[in-house]
Amino acid sequence: MKELICITCPKGCRLRAEAGPPFTVTGNACPRGAEYARAELTHPVRTLTTTVRIEGGVHRRLPVRTNAPVPKERLFDVMDEAAKLCAHAPVKAGQRIAADVAGTGADLVATRAMDALDAADENGSGGR
Amino acid sequence: MYDVIVIGCGVTGAAAAYHLARFDVRLAVLEANNDVACGATKANSAIIHAGYDPAPGTLMARLNVEGNAMAGEICEKLDVPFARIGSLVAALHEDQMPLLEELYWRGTANGVPGLRLLRQGEVRAAEPNLAETAAGALYAPSAGVVDPWGFALAMAQTAVRNGAELFLQHPVTAIEPLEAGGFCVTTPRGRFETRYLVNAAGVDADRVHAMLEAPSFEIRPSRGEYYLMDKSEAALVRHVVFQCPGPQGKGVLVSPTVHGNLIVGPNAEDTPDRHDVGSTAAGLAEVREKALLSVPGLRFDRNIRNFSGVRANSDRDDFIIERSERWPAFLDLAGIKSPGLSSAPAIGKLAAEMLAEAGLDLRPRAVFCDERKVIRVKDLSQRALDELIREDARYGRVVCRCESVTEGEIAAALRGPVPATTVNGVKRRCYAGMGRCQGGFCGPRVQAIIARELGIPPEEVLLEQPGSWMVCGEAGRGKGGANDV
Amino acid sequence: MYELIVIGGGPAGLAAAQAAWQAGLRRILLLERDCELGGILNQCIHNGFGLHRFGEELTGPEYAGRFIEQLAATGVEVRLDTMVLAVQPGAGGAPHTVRTLSAARGAEALETRAVVLAMGCRERTRGAISIPGQRPAGVYTAGAAQRLLNMEGLLVGRRAVILGSGDIGLIMARRLTLEGAKVLACVEVMPYSGGLVRNIVQCLEDFDIPLYLSHTITDIRGRGRVESVVVSEVGPDRAPIPGTERVFECDTVLLSVGLIPENELTRAAGAQMDERTKGAAVGEDMQTSIPGIFACGNVLHVHDLADYVSAESERAGRAAARWVLSGGGETGGALALCAGEGVGYTVPQTLHPGALEGPAEVFFRVRSPMGEAHITVTDGAGRQLARFARPRLAPGEMEHIALPQKLLEGACGPLTVAAKEVRA
Repeated sequence: MKELICITCPKGCRLRAEAGPPFTVTGNACPRGAEYARAELTHPVRTLTTTVRIEGGVHRRLPVRTNAPVPKERLFDVMDEAAKLCAHAPVKAGQRIAADVAGTGADLVATRAMDALDAADENGSGGR
Repeated sequence: MYDVIVIGCGVTGAAAAYHLARFDVRLAVLEANNDVACGATKANSAIIHAGYDPAPGTLMARLNVEGNAMAGEICEKLDVPFARIGSLVAALHEDQMPLLEELYWRGTANGVPGLRLLRQGEVRAAEPNLAETAAGALYAPSAGVVDPWGFALAMAQTAVRNGAELFLQHPVTAIEPLEAGGFCVTTPRGRFETRYLVNAAGVDADRVHAMLEAPSFEIRPSRGEYYLMDKSEAALVRHVVFQCPGPQGKGVLVSPTVHGNLIVGPNAEDTPDRHDVGSTAAGLAEVREKALLSVPGLRFDRNIRNFSGVRANSDRDDFIIERSERWPAFLDLAGIKSPGLSSAPAIGKLAAEMLAEAGLDLRPRAVFCDERKVIRVKDLSQRALDELIREDARYGRVVCRCESVTEGEIAAALRGPVPATTVNGVKRRCYAGMGRCQGGFCGPRVQAIIARELGIPPEEVLLEQPGSWMVCGEAGRGKGGANDV
Repeated sequence: MYELIVIGGGPAGLAAAQAAWQAGLRRILLLERDCELGGILNQCIHNGFGLHRFGEELTGPEYAGRFIEQLAATGVEVRLDTMVLAVQPGAGGAPHTVRTLSAARGAEALETRAVVLAMGCRERTRGAISIPGQRPAGVYTAGAAQRLLNMEGLLVGRRAVILGSGDIGLIMARRLTLEGAKVLACVEVMPYSGGLVRNIVQCLEDFDIPLYLSHTITDIRGRGRVESVVVSEVGPDRAPIPGTERVFECDTVLLSVGLIPENELTRAAGAQMDERTKGAAVGEDMQTSIPGIFACGNVLHVHDLADYVSAESERAGRAAARWVLSGGGETGGALALCAGEGVGYTVPQTLHPGALEGPAEVFFRVRSPMGEAHITVTDGAGRQLARFARPRLAPGEMEHIALPQKLLEGACGPLTVAAKEVRA
């Protein structure tokens, strides 16, 4: 029996899970909690969010995320890969920045749009 | 060969330089830190005292009263925030009333203008938030509040504008008399020769003196801790409110600051370390307890910053303003404790006179520019502001929202005579980051502007002194080259 | 003249402006001091936003992006890089004046029928909690460090201690660790965490970062840069216990010790404030004591989730539109709402039963963690109007109850909301 706190949503359900077989879980308010407990007992995964360098954008960093959870023990490998990347503005929200990052099967995708610096100066609202 | 070198650019050294710069002398100022006003000048009560405190006949008594009058004129000419709000020494019990009378007579003997003893009713009317026990007060209308580092900076800038040379990060390590007269002053960044030498080295004045001869005095640093409260609390008192000196010591003051905050403090602790401007839980508790005696409505949860300063007290009762007997061209301006800030302008003038007595030829400069104007967006009319923004749009971009400081003002602080080179240097010049969020919002932006204007990478931006780096560099652990995507 | 000026382009302002547009206003101006919309969400690159709102887990920029896109489809005018210097209420139904400063337009005075205040909040600083010690570089609020790292790509330090277990501090513990810094400890003065429990798990436990409850920093050392901090255990009175000191050698201290609604404009405008929320006192329509001036989001009270900020701000936007379109209608009699036992505050602070268009939604936080608890609403005559059961309550989480309109009919004020643990 393992006690877990579900991190799937802000509610933070307290789960009691048994790896089994058969796998059992109690304390979850929704099916995602069961899914989380199963993964935690077998192979914990996390979604990684970080930034990569971007050139020509209104900011120096572009926020990115993995489009699927990656094994917890691979988080630092993904960070190492991300540190080598450099995107170029403009970027669209959701645009793929790296495929199969660090061999995890997940892609790194941009979590925001970023205009190129010049375009922003011409079109930026606020009359700049 | 310089005519005069001033060691130290706190308010005393700056005032000496400001007065000497009116004359046709070759003048240099050597400052150990990377900015002016980094010692006692930047961390004190920011009060221009009236002058009833020092014993009649002392240098302190004379120079305080004289300096008080001069401070008003200088602040006007050099555009330094100063407000003559008057001070009250409150007697918190009837038995302190004789003390007030003594201060009254002392002040009168010192030539303090307008002193008046207030009875209980008048005190309550003047300061409704004073403790109910207040039995009376000594009112001194000539006391004021000033921007202390701005005061020193303005005098230093004016000296530089009129030809003085300021060398920052030049701590003096040795002084040798020259055979032909004059001195050679050594710093890690070079040696300087001068005919006359002024020691305004603050807490290190005895050490500087000892480089030439055994000093006749010793600096005994005393640390004072403060609370600086949110602007929401500024209206709690209208005057500088002192407590009656008593058996428990001098008591602490509560005062509006010229920047619109409320200052509370200081305590007094002997400190073996002259540069330790830390605070302690016990020291802060002492300040709180004492302050509540006079102003019980103080809310310390409205504190925005604690700081402490080290007073350059000495083993003597008075300022030490004297020429060396053996080396008459060497002048000490030492032991400049409270009321040093108030006395500084008069000390500066006296220093020039004493050098003249020692033979320095003081002929007024053909042109002496004795004015300075600082753009403060907050104080401009809408029309003046609009005009300014048309000229330079950066004056329309507010960076520090608490103090409404614009990018234009920050850029200006990084230019001109005696420019800022650090985050705190910017803060002292234009107040960015001095407000209630303490740079939480504008800090990263100010760092970026400093890096850009000075052409340095972000990791070289400093908070204050060397070693006070703000960021350790670019994020990203990977060391490989960038892969374009 | 505008019908509505919204001050702030973060999650609150975005939602309020859009809701006001949808409710029929056509002359709406949104003012943002930064050079882009989104507010603090732009630097909150972590995920965890939008589960309530969109049923999926988004990062801060993604969550903001959805609202920014929706706003772009409306005719709401947006001015960026524009600082609001003052909000001056119009006397006797006259329009309000909003004074602004911008590089593009200089100083301006804009007239409007209604205002929505959505300026958000700021972080409590070292000064607010008077941490003794020296004043070296390297003491940052967690949000400032987050901005430097996530927007500018700059790492504030290599070895950090975090004071306070608020969510931003926890999130930054993880971010710093991922970026190669060492986070030595997270230190919390209270006997429980101030952040969401999920963040304790995924930000601290995932990376073996110890959490010291009932501890605080009692000294900061270092002349140039932070060199070490002293951490002490505190007693039930939150005073440090002598003899429990331990020294952590570090170059960085991050403070995550609370957020304060940024209400300088609100106070200067003369709105009635609530000392507990540090925001304006409002009715169920989010209207302040000044007719036509509304407030929502973290400027009103500090929320735990952006989703709730959006929902509240939409209510404010709709109410502002209704107010403008109805020519500033009367709201009828008011019932005061009070925080009773175990409850820190309530928002709103007053209810107008006659003006309600559905159940009255009341938000609050409890003062201390509770197990199974009952939330009760009692009226001025001591009658219990409602009772709600909760499996557990925590101060770090905003609680919410909905009071059916019918319940309030005939109730006499003030209403008291209380929370009591029934089983630990």
